[in-house]
Amino acid sequence: MAGRFRRTLATVRSTGAVPRWLLYIGGATVLVFTLVALAAPLIAPYDFDQYRSDGTRFPKLGHPSGDHPFGTTVQSLDVLSRVIWGARTALEVVVLAVVFSLIIGVALGLISGFVGGWLDRVLVLLMDALFAFPYLLLAIVLSFLLSDAIGSGVVTTALAITVVYVPQYFRVVRGSTMSARELPYVEAARVIGAKPRTIIVRYLLANVVQSVPVVATLNAGDAILTLAGLGFLGYGIQPTEAAEWGYDLQRAVSDANAGIWWTALYPGLAITVLVVALTILGEGLNEVLNPTLRRRRAFAFLLPGRSASTQAPVLAAKEPR
Amino acid sequence: MSTLVEVSKLSVHFTLRGGALSRLTGRGSAVVRAVDGVDLTLRRGEVLGLVGESGSGKTTLGRALLGLVPATAGSIRFDGTELAGLPERRIRPLRRRMQMVFQDPHAALNPAMDLGTAIGHPLKIHKLTSGEAETRTRVLEALELVGLAPAERYYSAYPSDLSGGQKQRAVLARAAILDPSLIVADEPVSMLDMSVRARTIELMASLRDRLDLTYVYITHDLATAKLFCDRIAIMYLGRIVEIGSVASIFEQPRHPYTKALLKAVPVPDPSRSAPRDLPRGEIPDASRPPAGCAFHPRCPVAFEPCGWTGRDLRAHLEDRWTRLGASAYEQESRVFADFPDLEFSPVGDVVVAPGRLHTASDVLTVLNDARADAPDDPLWRGVTSMSVRDGKVVVGFASPVEPRLLPSPGGSGHVACHLHHPS
Repeated sequence: MAGRFRRTLATVRSTGAVPRWLLYIGGATVLVFTLVALAAPLIAPYDFDQYRSDGTRFPKLGHPSGDHPFGTTVQSLDVLSRVIWGARTALEVVVLAVVFSLIIGVALGLISGFVGGWLDRVLVLLMDALFAFPYLLLAIVLSFLLSDAIGSGVVTTALAITVVYVPQYFRVVRGSTMSARELPYVEAARVIGAKPRTIIVRYLLANVVQSVPVVATLNAGDAILTLAGLGFLGYGIQPTEAAEWGYDLQRAVSDANAGIWWTALYPGLAITVLVVALTILGEGLNEVLNPTLRRRRAFAFLLPGRSASTQAPVLAAKEPR
Repeated sequence: MSTLVEVSKLSVHFTLRGGALSRLTGRGSAVVRAVDGVDLTLRRGEVLGLVGESGSGKTTLGRALLGLVPATAGSIRFDGTELAGLPERRIRPLRRRMQMVFQDPHAALNPAMDLGTAIGHPLKIHKLTSGEAETRTRVLEALELVGLAPAERYYSAYPSDLSGGQKQRAVLARAAILDPSLIVADEPVSMLDMSVRARTIELMASLRDRLDLTYVYITHDLATAKLFCDRIAIMYLGRIVEIGSVASIFEQPRHPYTKALLKAVPVPDPSRSAPRDLPRGEIPDASRPPAGCAFHPRCPVAFEPCGWTGRDLRAHLEDRWTRLGASAYEQESRVFADFPDLEFSPVGDVVVAPGRLHTASDVLTVLNDARADAPDDPLWRGVTSMSVRDGKVVVGFASPVEPRLLPSPGGSGHVACHLHHPS
């Protein structure tokens, strides 16, 4: 495992400058958001549903000021706290959704690609049907159904988003499983007497998940948008349960006409920055991990000159692609 | 020597799906006879070479021996146990005793597994060791055995760290660690550098002595087969056409195909030019094998019973037109009503209809011209008559006889050829 990690790091180092910096910038921004989300109870000045402190009610639609750097909303809520707590909600939902859909999608893709036959056909049909649905509509319908069954909350919303993204993992993993299945090392595993389950877990899994991190990061960005969309339309997490950027944006729509910019700007900015960061992180990962896209970086060699006075020629060595 | 594997009348057929339309209607699915009625006895401790061109079914036969492809018909008895028709679940415990070495060492090892895990995995699967420590000791022993020393260094290496020859050694270690009785080696050296080939073969031979192994060595290269094998079976289109000891195959080849293969072995002597009488053409489509002896279309010494049909006539005429040029083709092919249809004519007499504005005698003239130009072509030995009947030409062919694998006269091996067994 340590060996593999070292290999991945070496690939990052040998990748060209642009994808490397995409990776670094995207990764750093996502890291900042994650830290803010994790430390929300420590750094948020107030609770997400707190409208008064020390017995005094916060101002309604108050301008950004010392007490409320991002201002307050029509419900007298502190915008800065809402944005920080919103990051926590987004993190919870996205992590749950990505983990769920990754586990389900990868498992189904492996089984479908390895077993083949009618099982494969049924699963592909099912996944294509899910894929063909407009994703937001699907998420709305699911969160509607799920909130009847298990109530609305972070887990419900995460599950609704999960179903939307399962087909993507399924497709990617099924495709690479089908091509890996024909390789001699899979037959070699049969020859040494491995059961199908062992073949899938020990021989196929590690070789078909290369593209999954890329799909996961790109999906995470998409999931933020879906979450915000659900909140904006009122089908997401209830405002009493957690702060949510989409809901805040929806409440801020009427403020914008009155020239009140701070209620919409900060949640909107948070959504935009996080989605962009996740997208460029995904693109960077793709360029690093996908060998067909990867361009090796050219390292400069300094050849020692024959004497100190001669200028050492600089050779650029480029590995053949 | 006792028998380890007894194969009788083994057939492995694959069904081709065909186009979308035939799949919808469920019709027109062709069957490829990869292995077609093979009888074979593998003695304990011997090295049997399976030699043939690509598409001769040698790999499929090897995989069928291990139960990796289901047998369509016939039986495979491995040390008394019938493998044909056995479900995978029941074959799995037997895999301890039969292993395989693959052609492409670069793809035969899981790229995500270090050598220690990969080579130790068979032990784990069959629960042959009592713990991690014992597995590790056994893996290190196996690495030493195949010459990957210092074993400690290779234990944690990944396949991508190794050269082709080293990978093939690791594959051999993974096969040998189970102490099997049979190893099927599918062209184990054909993807290795020349310099590594001999040493890999040497390693396989030394493993045979130390582990009491029986090998099936699949190859298209007679030179390495001579080096390594005790007996050699020559395969052509799913059948064994000749089998015998290395000495009898190399010194007294009986089958024309064996002779042709031997001629194709390059000799490092610049004064000798390349042989000119290599077999003509390519190995035919296994879903539509020629009638009679499958080798007859390419055989320089074929005669009456070898299985001549209309498709041979078509091939002969096309060959003639390729030689004569475009104008001859345009003149002569117009004489036939449906020339490509000759390909699908059934066994027996062939009725050839003249094309528009032509008569049966024109067809006969073309056929006679072709015959006069190449009277020695084996095809004309199979043509018994050409006559005009009801405005069409009837070409009579000698009836085809399938050659059977019989003891070669005055020799130790077996051969399937009418030249040696006139019926």
